[in-house]
Amino acid sequence: MTLRLSGIDLRHSNGTLALRGLELSIAQGERVAIIGPSGAGKTTLLNLLASALPPSAGQLEILGSSPWQLSSRQRQQLRRRIALIHQAPPLPPRQRVVTAVLAGKLGEWGLGKSLLNLLHPIDVPGARDVLGRLDLADKLFVRCQQLSGGQLQRVGIARALYQAPEVMLADEPVSAMDPRLADHTLALLCQHAIENGVTLVASLHAVELALAHFPRIIGVRDGQVHFDLNASDVSREHLDTLYANEQLSTPAITETPTTAPWTPRC
Amino acid sequence: MLSRDRRDPAALPRLLLALLAVALLWPGIRLAELDPTVLLKAENARTMGSFVAGFWPPAHDPEFLSLLIDATLQTLAIATAGMALALVLAIPASLLASSALSLSAASRAGRPGWLGQCLRWPARGLLIFLRSVPEIVWALLFVRAVGLGPTAGVLAIAITYAGMLGKVYAEIFESVDQRPAHALMQAGSGRLTALVYGILPNAAAELTSYTVYRWECAVRASVVMGFVGAGGLGQQIDLSMRMFAGAEVASMLLTFLVLVLLADQLSRLLRGRFT
Repeated sequence: MTLRLSGIDLRHSNGTLALRGLELSIAQGERVAIIGPSGAGKTTLLNLLASALPPSAGQLEILGSSPWQLSSRQRQQLRRRIALIHQAPPLPPRQRVVTAVLAGKLGEWGLGKSLLNLLHPIDVPGARDVLGRLDLADKLFVRCQQLSGGQLQRVGIARALYQAPEVMLADEPVSAMDPRLADHTLALLCQHAIENGVTLVASLHAVELALAHFPRIIGVRDGQVHFDLNASDVSREHLDTLYANEQLSTPAITETPTTAPWTPRC
Repeated sequence: MLSRDRRDPAALPRLLLALLAVALLWPGIRLAELDPTVLLKAENARTMGSFVAGFWPPAHDPEFLSLLIDATLQTLAIATAGMALALVLAIPASLLASSALSLSAASRAGRPGWLGQCLRWPARGLLIFLRSVPEIVWALLFVRAVGLGPTAGVLAIAITYAGMLGKVYAEIFESVDQRPAHALMQAGSGRLTALVYGILPNAAAELTSYTVYRWECAVRASVVMGFVGAGGLGQQIDLSMRMFAGAEVASMLLTFLVLVLLADQLSRLLRGRFT
């Protein structure tokens, strides 16, 4: 198993319990989509799988080791094998796209080579290649601040692809792209995963995209696994209970009080 | 109450803070024995007037000008060498003191671990010590150690400014967006690489502007230290003042104006490159 979680609780520093009693295992080379309502804990789960956040309780195993029992040097070595694609990639506005993409290999390079790369990009063809697959090759030497949200997301994906990890985690990777581009990008990620035996876990808001590209779907609600099914077995009913929201469905029932349009105060 | 709708919950704290500031300032003014009316007394005004009257026209005979250029170059050299030495100390110290390089902060919602915070204190303490002693005191100390001349000025600037630069650099690193660096550290990169790729691009303009401003301050400070015999323009001003040669003082003040103006333009130029 590449990723194994048992009895995981995660409490944020502000006290909210984001994940509770999570049981999950994902094998190497699996492609999994995580769906669920906003605030269900999808991002927290991905951060946990990326060993970016420690669990408050339970057993976490990533690529055969428990990241929070390792020394920080060993944990950094483990993290090199995992890539997390952020929904809004945190890139310095003044950084050039080529630098932002090549930064994917910083863990591997060490300080000397990284500083050299800052003076003159070491691997321009490599960066151009991954950007080309995302239809961004012409933006190679543009500053990140000149890109749109969807283009920035693709730069983030290009960095993860360039990192060449064993586990690729993606948090809403296509949320700022048009439907055609989103479809293409997800297909590219899946193809990359299949060709290289990479484990791919992506959280998505668009259920159709999840069902179209991923063989396994995990529904998350209130920090718990709501369902964990093959894409072909996910039914309308599953989705309805996953996204059910009493607060949003109420306004139709509660009529606005007709007695007084406004109540006079003093 | 109708006004309840419009009430701003921050209004009362703001008012109280303003009152507190006034309450704290008033005894400060009393303690400092500030009394502006002294300036307006006829006798004082006449003394100052006769001193300032000697300033015009500024001295411009060739002999004095060559002396002025020499002193200016020496001042610039003291300030620049002092800053360079200060940077050698300030950059490593700021890295040690800043929590922007904290690996644990990346996985704790930006709060560094307690052990790291404890280890940062010695670096902070060193920077506090370096800048808490005024540069003029260091200069007096070094004049005794290495004798009269620019060396004492360079060392004094290096030590005090290392403290200031280190502190402010550490705070600039912490004040910019930490997420790019955290994302890099979460992808396995080292602390220094994360700083260089994630924080420096955002902090570069601020760092440059502050460094150039400090260089400008170092030019001024080197003048003050000239008064205690550390060379440069300051020593010249001191001599001219003692000889009541107002015209020479005026020339030197004009030189200052030009230097500060140049520093300002340089800062603007460099900031433009980084934003």
